[in-house]
Amino acid sequence: MASASPRRTPLYDLHVELNGKVVNFAGWELPVQYPTGIVAEHKQCREKAGLFDVSHMGQVIIRGDNAATALEALVPSAIATLKPGKACYTVLTNDAGGIRDDLIISNAGDHLFVVVNAAMRDQDIAHIRAHLDGFEVTELLDRALIAVQGPAAVDVVSSLAPAAAELTFMATLETELLGHTCRISRLGYTGEDGFEISMLADHAIEITRALLAHEDCAPAGLGARDSLRLEAGLCLYGHDIDTETSPVEAQLPWIIQKRRREEGGFPGADRILRELTDGPTRKLVGLRPEGRAPAREGCEIQSIDGAVIGKVTSGGFAPTLGTPISIGYVAAEHAAPGTNVNLIVRGKPLPAEVVTLPFVPHNYKR
Amino acid sequence: MTIYFTEEHEWLNVEGDTATVGITIHAAEQLGDIVFIELKEPGDSFTKGDDMGVIESVKAASEIYAPVTGEIIEANSALVDNPSAVNEDPEGSAWLYKMKVSDAGQLAGLMDADAYKASIE
Repeated sequence: MASASPRRTPLYDLHVELNGKVVNFAGWELPVQYPTGIVAEHKQCREKAGLFDVSHMGQVIIRGDNAATALEALVPSAIATLKPGKACYTVLTNDAGGIRDDLIISNAGDHLFVVVNAAMRDQDIAHIRAHLDGFEVTELLDRALIAVQGPAAVDVVSSLAPAAAELTFMATLETELLGHTCRISRLGYTGEDGFEISMLADHAIEITRALLAHEDCAPAGLGARDSLRLEAGLCLYGHDIDTETSPVEAQLPWIIQKRRREEGGFPGADRILRELTDGPTRKLVGLRPEGRAPAREGCEIQSIDGAVIGKVTSGGFAPTLGTPISIGYVAAEHAAPGTNVNLIVRGKPLPAEVVTLPFVPHNYKR
Repeated sequence: MTIYFTEEHEWLNVEGDTATVGITIHAAEQLGDIVFIELKEPGDSFTKGDDMGVIESVKAASEIYAPVTGEIIEANSALVDNPSAVNEDPEGSAWLYKMKVSDAGQLAGLMDADAYKASIE
């Protein structure tokens, strides 16, 4: 990292009070887990509700006439037609059709509200500013972002902000929570129903304590966030998607709507539109290893006759399934579900099967 | 019977020329939820510092290092099907190996309980 000392989120003191095991993550001091442990926090989120501090992510506001149309020059998704109160997941592409970052763009009525990855925030903001000349691009440095995720998240959040219960998946609104104005969006990174709440940093501890006071809500750290997103088959930037991987290879063709496929006009459109028509040469797939050994990031993937066909980009243990799971890229001809492959773990081939993502079904409030 | 500790957060309970080996409570806490264990076979011999198996938690994989030179007499193979037992009782029933110690002189280089405790504070 470029910066010498890690930054703290507005919830740092609360993480310490809750005995979180604080680590340096992308230049931020955040809890990897609390005393309950990753597996318990993971299950809490699948069964009730887990609360995550995601304040390290970048929050950006873009203002100006037709800002949404201008932003379409940087992403392959339909932003100009995104309705007020709706959010979409998309990627910033590069000229080679790779991915600069993934992000959430919301139509907040009189402005766009954008959330980007912590490690990429400076680069992303510079990139957006450079291409949106004449628009007001403001990084919100005085905010916290809290995710409440799980089947009980709606009860937890609506007990303090009743309007949240009216949101459907990928919808967003501004409302009061304990008398403080917050932006609440019904989305997340766990595969569960849930919310992300953007608030002023000064109110973050008060609001978080109130959310945690609900009997179904408990804090969860980065460890559970990673195992939850992996089970849900959601990509982690810098691992499963990067400047080399296209959104089509990453199995994200759904982020490119019909109009954008017809019109193009985004960086890397040549490659991306060609891959949509002809199919990509490699695909991101789910992998279920036999036995108990996890096959982690970097493990080589071989066909059963020993040819190198790809690489694991994320792997670990799935608490919900009680088995190891991995995701990775394989050559397209080996990407069909049911294909048998070998994952090379500590020099030894570990038999695995290609499976459809996600590993654990999504539970979104459509 | 004397208990020794290593810088790699392993313990050895030595009786005669036989050492029972495991990881410390501190190590188990640092690893977090243990989900996978790969153990070597009885009869295999190792030099102090050799890789002697793998313990993986949800977070990461870490190696088991041979704390002294010797031969495995018995591996606690029940742990392979129940890795979380190492979180529950790492310094007791969830021992990893019984080893025949080749060079008792190596024990003198290890820590006692007080020195280990001081090293992790």
